[in-house]
Amino acid sequence: MVESTRARSDEPQSDPRKADALSAGPVPVGTPTVRSAFDEDHPPSAELISDCVHCGFCLSTCPTYTLWGEEMDSPRGRIDLMKAGLQGAPLSDTMVQHFDACLGCMACVTACPSGVQYDKLIEATRVQVERHHTRSPGDRAMRTAIFALFPYKKRLRALRGPLRAYQASGLPKVVRRSGLLDRLAPKLAAMEGLAPVLEKREKLPERVPATGARRAVVGMLTGCVQGEFFPGVNAATARVLAAEGCDVIIPRRQGCCGALSVHNGRQEEAESFARATIDAFESAGVDAVVVNAAGCGSSMKEYADILADDPDYAERAKAFSGKVRDVSEFLAELGSVAPRHPLEVTVAYHDACHLGHAQGIRSQPRNLLKEIPGLQLREIAEAEVCCGSAGIWNVLNPEPARELGDRKARNIAGTGAELLVTANPGCLMQVSSSLERQGTRIGLAHTIEVIDASIRGLPVSTLGPQH
Amino acid sequence: MSGTHGTETTAGPVLGDTPPEATSATGEAGDNAAGIAAVGRVARALMPETGVIADPTQLRTYECDGLAHYRVTPALVVLPETTEQLAAVVKACSEHGVPFVARGSGTGLSGGALPRADGVLLVTSRMRTIREIRRADQRAIVEPGVINLDVTRAATPEGYYYAPDPSSQQICSIGGNLAENSGGAHCLKYGFTSNHVLGTELITPQGDVVSLGGLAPDSPGYDLLGTVVGSEGTLGIATTATVRLVRLPEEVRTLLVGFHTTDDAGAATSAIISAGVLPAAIEMMDALAIEAAEAAVHCNYPAGAGAVLVIELDGASAEVEHEYQLVERFCQENGSFELRLATDATERALIWRGRKSAFAAVGRISPDYIVQDGVIPRTALPEVLRAIAELSSSSGVRVANVFHAGDGNLHPLVLFDGEKEGATEAAEKVSGAILDLCITHGGAITGEHGVGVDKAAYMPKMFTDDDLDTMQLVRCAFDPGNISNPGKIFPTPRLCGEVPGKRKKAHPLVEAGLADAF
Repeated sequence: MVESTRARSDEPQSDPRKADALSAGPVPVGTPTVRSAFDEDHPPSAELISDCVHCGFCLSTCPTYTLWGEEMDSPRGRIDLMKAGLQGAPLSDTMVQHFDACLGCMACVTACPSGVQYDKLIEATRVQVERHHTRSPGDRAMRTAIFALFPYKKRLRALRGPLRAYQASGLPKVVRRSGLLDRLAPKLAAMEGLAPVLEKREKLPERVPATGARRAVVGMLTGCVQGEFFPGVNAATARVLAAEGCDVIIPRRQGCCGALSVHNGRQEEAESFARATIDAFESAGVDAVVVNAAGCGSSMKEYADILADDPDYAERAKAFSGKVRDVSEFLAELGSVAPRHPLEVTVAYHDACHLGHAQGIRSQPRNLLKEIPGLQLREIAEAEVCCGSAGIWNVLNPEPARELGDRKARNIAGTGAELLVTANPGCLMQVSSSLERQGTRIGLAHTIEVIDASIRGLPVSTLGPQH
Repeated sequence: MSGTHGTETTAGPVLGDTPPEATSATGEAGDNAAGIAAVGRVARALMPETGVIADPTQLRTYECDGLAHYRVTPALVVLPETTEQLAAVVKACSEHGVPFVARGSGTGLSGGALPRADGVLLVTSRMRTIREIRRADQRAIVEPGVINLDVTRAATPEGYYYAPDPSSQQICSIGGNLAENSGGAHCLKYGFTSNHVLGTELITPQGDVVSLGGLAPDSPGYDLLGTVVGSEGTLGIATTATVRLVRLPEEVRTLLVGFHTTDDAGAATSAIISAGVLPAAIEMMDALAIEAAEAAVHCNYPAGAGAVLVIELDGASAEVEHEYQLVERFCQENGSFELRLATDATERALIWRGRKSAFAAVGRISPDYIVQDGVIPRTALPEVLRAIAELSSSSGVRVANVFHAGDGNLHPLVLFDGEKEGATEAAEKVSGAILDLCITHGGAITGEHGVGVDKAAYMPKMFTDDDLDTMQLVRCAFDPGNISNPGKIFPTPRLCGEVPGKRKKAHPLVEAGLADAF
């Protein structure tokens, strides 16, 4: 842990902009016991902060600003708070509360005409928060539990049995109707409500050979939540890739990619997951590493930044990140050869934030869906606003997450589509619980499952659980 | 403007050359402490905990609006949800002599919502209900925090939209639009906010709720509504606005036309308008502005263009077709080398995206910049543009031009690097000289951004003392206590008891302690 007591601006500064940002503003002179918010180890960059011209174009796409209409819960407001931190303001509970409230959806990055890299700023800030802020015992316990569970497939798998038994027992209805869990432990209630109805796990081999002529050799990330809660998505991904002429390599030793840790400032944990993932795929000799979970793909593309300071891994991480592709991105680049069978269905496509905003992948999944004869695509109003899932945000912030989820569900219902398609397990869980609460009956599927059904000539009824 | 430009203090504007009066325009931190505490108590009794902000860290995020080089931390921020709450807080301000500043989304470009260090910032971002869409009457009744674009979104399914469209329409609020009489690209054909607001419920600076105008097009008596629209928050706070909805046109055609020079583009503009064609919008961007927009949103404007025009025609299909033929001809006759017609909504959005993001996009090609706003008669365009180019080359300060060519509303963007010695001063000099050019060519110091705190010092260049005193009489009639956004618009604060006219010091009676000016 690196700590510093930066209180004066007369330290030598190599970057003149940084010097300006630090020397300006209130400096707690004569109060050396007050530690400024950030230490010297990669604080949010003053130079990136100075890109913000305070135009406010980010506000209307920011989920928390949409909810609360407060400046400090908006991207430009949080940037102001970061600046205050750089100028010596302490990391108060209030400040942390506003950083924590950010969903990390990156809608602001898309909306920003000045090119502010808010994603880098908030990630750097979160690492500092984790390093210097003491959380309440309850919050700490919840976070410890989450990070002891989600990134570990075996532990998630262990949970499958009891969860299936619970879901089969009819207890969920009783529990939800009673509202008991909501009152006793809202965060647990949120988790309970989000858990999807579990499907049977399909075990994937380590290598799935290409159908017909081989066009590429790809690695496939199976993920944690995706693999355990939505195993059908992984199976569909492997089938589609094979049908399009790819040898699919699925290394056994792969684990969590570290996305949840990256997005929550748990730097060391993130780094170690990143190294392990690189190790798992590096020797497989693949042309691309294909990912079907938006959040995972987004952070794997960031490995170069995450491991930039690690001399053993910096170069390898760069090479690895260069190979990472979202499955829709990869298929669009490859071009499809496998014939599509018609699917007579109206589809509402939901942009997962970590696919649309973080990776800029919007047209590829839409175009792939449009290739399917008979399929009609509809757009969802307020498409740029997050559904409220945001990794573990909906577990830590159940009430606002529910408001955002319900808003999204209303917009989805407004399309009148029969099937909701998206590319992230978190969105699927969040949106399905909101749709269920709202009583909207609509099928849910991952983009790749729709393509898979079309290639295999399966009927629409096989797609996703009906809600 | 860059967020890190200049030095910052917790009170007082930060620009070096800001006139000394401006300090009193923003107040001193710590003043009115008792009054502010009293207003805070009133607000807390009426609102949820999150509706009253007094934490210094949180207050800091409200220190500026869209003009970020003026920064003042307010003493208190209040986020009311209802007219009753807002009126009660204003009344408390009035009773305790505490100045207040109203703010919507905080996107203004003249510092009109710059807070007072000794006052309360009243933010309307939680008053965002569209109360009514009256399709048959072509009216909408909305709260002040409603986002401009959301009015259009709500009216579109009914076949209508809200015409004024500032570049920031995705986030700017109707209350702010009303205060600043905002324009936008389409005001060439459809007019400014003042042409679209038919009524408002106003909280006077004494905290009374009054109605001005209504659903009907005109009210008898003095046009108080017309006085309030564009008064920059100095006459009260609007809590609802009744706005006109305009029928969605049968057809819209958006063209992007490339020219080699701004002279050619300007000549094409004049040819189009003088032939009697009234497009919904004619917007011009010069090479530097195009470069910035390309960097920001990859709008794919014609390569190598010295200027582009974005022209939008709307109306009945037959009319649009006829106008399109004329526009195409006038562009070609004036040296256009590429004309693109948007074929679908996506292409139209991309053309507009380049234009609408241009201000903020300039941040990509320059560390700091000043967004200037001036207006000139359209016929003076070529001459003023040449004069700006001369100013730029003689001073070495780069100037990008983005403007509403159709109605002569210029938005020169003066680029500089605040880190370089003397650069800020040089840029401000050029920026000021551009305003002088506007005045000498029969124009004005602001077309649509308002005077705010930024241009108060330029008011005497346009108006005589008598003019300014007359305006002050209007202000005093609404706000005798001088608590509603004091320090904006007018260069010199003036007490309402004073006789209009130049005065160097306090009234002799006040000085002698025999009378109070109020």
